[in-house]
Amino acid sequence: MIEVKDIEKSFDGVKVLKGVSATFETGKTNLIIGQSGSGKTVMMKSLVGLVRPEKGQILYDGRDLLSMNRDEVQHLRTEIGMLFQGSALFDSETVLGNVEFPLMMYTKMSWAERRERARFCLERVGLKGADDKYPSEISGGMQKRVAIARAIALNPKYLFCDEPNSGLDPKTSILIDELLSDITHEYQITTVINTHDMNSVLGIGENIIFINKGHREWVGNKDLIYQTTNEALSHFVFATDLFQKVKEYVISNEHPVK
Amino acid sequence: MFIESSLETFGKYCIFMHRVFSLPQKWRVFGRKFIQEIGKLGIDSIPLTIVISIFIGAVICIQMQINMTSPIMPAYSTGLATRDILLLEFSSAVLCLILSGKVGSNIASEIGTMRVTEQIDALEIMGINSAQFLVLPKILAFMAFIPVLVIFSIATGLFGGWIIAAFTDMIPVSRYIYGIQTMFIEWYVWYTIIKALVFSVIITSVASYYGYYVKGGALDVGKASTNAVVASSILILLFDVILTKLLLQ
Repeated sequence: MIEVKDIEKSFDGVKVLKGVSATFETGKTNLIIGQSGSGKTVMMKSLVGLVRPEKGQILYDGRDLLSMNRDEVQHLRTEIGMLFQGSALFDSETVLGNVEFPLMMYTKMSWAERRERARFCLERVGLKGADDKYPSEISGGMQKRVAIARAIALNPKYLFCDEPNSGLDPKTSILIDELLSDITHEYQITTVINTHDMNSVLGIGENIIFINKGHREWVGNKDLIYQTTNEALSHFVFATDLFQKVKEYVISNEHPVK
Repeated sequence: MFIESSLETFGKYCIFMHRVFSLPQKWRVFGRKFIQEIGKLGIDSIPLTIVISIFIGAVICIQMQINMTSPIMPAYSTGLATRDILLLEFSSAVLCLILSGKVGSNIASEIGTMRVTEQIDALEIMGINSAQFLVLPKILAFMAFIPVLVIFSIATGLFGGWIIAAFTDMIPVSRYIYGIQTMFIEWYVWYTIIKALVFSVIITSVASYYGYYVKGGALDVGKASTNAVVASSILILLFDVILTKLLLQ
C-alpha cells in the first residue's frame, strides 16, 4: 500500500500540488485522473521520486520515500516497475534485451535463467516471437506490452503506469487495461495508473482519485463515479454525449455497465 | 548575467561529472558497454581520421615546399616541417576539433533522444545511476582509443606527404623521407597524445552534459547537439593554448 499525506509541490512559485493526500491499495488498480494541467503527472512523478515535493509524506508500506537516503531510494526502486507514456524502451536493445535488462542489473541469474524469465514475461503479456525485434520494428501496442513485461520482470511490489493508453486504438487500449488489471490481481501489486482515458476509468477503476487544480477532489471507484455530485468530476468524466448516455442508462437501470 | 550563467553551467557540469565518475553497479554490463563504445566512438572514427589526415598531410607538404623554396633551406626541411605540424598540432588539436563534430554530436543526440523519450527516467526508476551508466563508458572508451586515432593520423598524414613526393616532382622522395626522420623529438609524440587525451574527455563529457540536460523535443535535441560541438570546440582551443604553454615551455 502507498499512502500519500499532504504533499505540496511548486514550480517557479506556482503551486501545482496543494496538500494532496491519497491511499493506493495493494492488489487494486488505483487510478489518478484529472484534466491536463491538474497536477496528476507531477503527482505520479512525486510518487516515484522523479520530482521531490516540498512538503508531505509518501509512505511505501510505512517507509517514507522523502526521508530515505540515496541508497534506500535505490533499493526501493528495485521494487518498482514503471510503464511510461511513450514506453521508454531502450532503442539499442531488442525486445528480449529490454526485458532482460533489469534482470541483468539486479539479479545473479545465469544467461539461460534470464532468457527463460524474460520469455515468460513476454508470454505473460501475450508477446511471442518478437524476441529479436527492435522497438522501432514493432507497433505502439506491442511496445506497451514489452514495457509492461520489462516492468514486471523483477516481480515488483508497486507498478506505475503513466497514461498507458495514449496513442493506442480503443481495442488495444482495452487489451492493455485488461492486462494491467489481470497482472495487478494475479501478483497482488499496488498498481497506480495515471490516465484520462474514460474507458479505463469506467472499466478498471477500482480506486479512483480525482485531482483538480492541485487538490484531491474526489475518491471512489468506477461504480460510485456515476452518482458523483462533484461538478468538476462529472464534467470531466461525462464530457461526451456517449458517456453522458452511459451515465443516464446506468442510473436509470441502477446497475453498472459491464 | 553572462558570468552568472556560466558559473551556474560550470557548477551543474561539476555535479554531473561527480555522478558520472562513480563505481559501476555491474562491472559485466559496464564492460559490455565499454566495448560497444570503443566500436561506436573509436573504430567508426578511423575512416574519417585516415581520409582527413592523408589530404591534410598532402596539403601541408605542398604548402611547405612552395613557401620554403630558398637556397639556404635544405631540401629535407619540407618533410621535417610536415612531420612537426602533424605531430604538434594537426593530429591532436585539429583532429579533435573535427572529431568533436562527429563524436560530440553523436553523443549529444543519442543521450538527448534518450532524455526526451524518457529512457533516462526509465533507468532512474530502475534505481540505476543513469549518468554513470550512460556516460562513463563513453568517456573511458574514447580516452582509451584516442591514442590509436592520433597514431593513425600521424602515420597517414605523413603518407599523404609521401604521395606528393612520390607522384609529383616537387620534392625527391629520399629528401622527404630523410626530412621526416631528422631531428625527431620523442617528447612531441607524448605531448600530442597527452593533449588528445584531455581533448577526448572534453568532447565526450561536454557532449554528454548537453545531451543529458535536454528539455523539450526533437528540435531541442538538435540545438543541444550544436551547442555541444560549439562548446567543446572552444574548450579544445582554450586547452590547446594552456597545454602547449605547460608542456612545451
